[in-house]
Amino acid sequence: MADYKPNEMMTIAAARALRNADVCFVGIGMPSAASNVARLTHAPGITLIYESGTIATKPDVLPLSIGDGELCSTALTTVSVPEMFRYWLQGGRVTVGFLGGAQIDRFANLNTTVVGPYDKPKVRLPGGGGAPEIASACGEIFIIMAQSKRSFAAKIDFVTSMGHGEGGDHRARLGLKTKGPTKLVTDLCVFEPDPQTKEMTVTSIHPGISREEINDNTGWTVRYAAHVVETKPPTADELTVLRELHARTKRAHGAVA
Amino acid sequence: MARFLSLAEAVQSNVRDGDTVAMEGFTHLIPHAAGHEIIRQQRKRLTLIRMTPDLIYDQFIGMGCVAKVVFSWGGNPGVGSLHRFRDAVENDWPQPLAIEEHSHAAMANAYEAGAAGLPLAIFRGYIGVDLPKVNPKIKSITCPFTGEQLAAVPSHRPDVAIIHALRADREGNVMLEGIVGVQKEAVLAAKRSIVTVEEVVDDFGERNLNAVILPHWTVGAIATVPGGAYPSYAQGYYKRDNAFYITWDKVARERETFLAWMKANVLEQGPEAFAAHMRRLNAKAA
Repeated sequence: MADYKPNEMMTIAAARALRNADVCFVGIGMPSAASNVARLTHAPGITLIYESGTIATKPDVLPLSIGDGELCSTALTTVSVPEMFRYWLQGGRVTVGFLGGAQIDRFANLNTTVVGPYDKPKVRLPGGGGAPEIASACGEIFIIMAQSKRSFAAKIDFVTSMGHGEGGDHRARLGLKTKGPTKLVTDLCVFEPDPQTKEMTVTSIHPGISREEINDNTGWTVRYAAHVVETKPPTADELTVLRELHARTKRAHGAVA
Repeated sequence: MARFLSLAEAVQSNVRDGDTVAMEGFTHLIPHAAGHEIIRQQRKRLTLIRMTPDLIYDQFIGMGCVAKVVFSWGGNPGVGSLHRFRDAVENDWPQPLAIEEHSHAAMANAYEAGAAGLPLAIFRGYIGVDLPKVNPKIKSITCPFTGEQLAAVPSHRPDVAIIHALRADREGNVMLEGIVGVQKEAVLAAKRSIVTVEEVVDDFGERNLNAVILPHWTVGAIATVPGGAYPSYAQGYYKRDNAFYITWDKVARERETFLAWMKANVLEQGPEAFAAHMRRLNAKAA
């Protein structure tokens, strides 16, 4: 087995969740890395969409922003931003939305807006961007986030995008027909929603990680599925693809001292 | 009707204290040179509309030009926080900053509604989230045909829209291609507009027949500023200087380093500095 880092396991586990037939709305950062690893390994036919309007883009290096020229010049087509949000996202043509966040709760509601009160925030975060409507309009949502007690919070300060709300049939009660978050991939494990309560429940634990570590890095009492499996470690091929992608990206963006 | 002016004249005659100004460009074609000119001319109490405030509004906010921002994502893309924006919201420095916060879908719809001459934008959004609790401009409306509850926001009708485009022809028609964002909508929604361009050509010549063209009679002032989007980019002219976006994090983190950078690179410079940025970037890439 190859040697790998926890965040490499996280990115690769998230990449595996994507299917060849998916149309994926990609957030910047870790979602972008995972989506491109999927495209370069088991899902060459996947359609990647970035909110800048690029459809079916095949970047050779990871974009720093959601609108790098690389995304446009390798895309099948590029549409305006109003068209992107109206016809493609709201129109229900996206199967998976791929998000990250600063804070998450046990029903996978995400906060990327503020830490502390909205009017007098302790930390003003960037805000929602496309996330509020990505979370409601995509067929399902995958979330990728490194786990810590602070970011996996019993109560989040602001609901930027809705996961399963208060749990149970909350989404359906609001008229939503989409599934919401179906996978939460962390550097320690994979959560999926309980079929009834919709609480995010551990279904797969990454190799070498204990339940104690997961509990210690979560702000609520973690539930585990009846049958928890061990995540398959990254294959040599997956690791090579991910590392080469990062190396190409670093060269292209020219890290500055 | 398009008038060819210097950038200084274009800003002088179109941007006034207290105006609502929309400067658009979704990562691509951000009108940085025009932004610097407004800062040099010391406009005050502006309401700035922009989907992704990023570096250009960080500079306005830190220099005390802004009373309010209307936005949907305020970060340095792929890098982190906008430190001047944060300092204003968290610590009222250099002055208090009012915010009207939306989602991207709401902002894009509001521009489109503005361009279409409608008073409001309607879309399916803001479901189960907290923004409507803190932004009184977000309301809901019932579809008279199906009964569905939909989100409604007022359309954007800025006093001035400012964009950077690839080219204009001698008549003043303006062309942009690539990631075209919401620039067409912003210009058509605004009372006045300023367009900076990489170059003015006799004729657009061979082009994609579906390129975004703003006819000359929809455009206010045109100023030629090669490199005018730097450190953003202009497809076919120069690439995004991602290294600069990473550097900005250090520049803007502290008030002193920010002010020193603004003095040396904005207040004591002119629009011609942008051509030099572009040449340096392209020389490095060659």
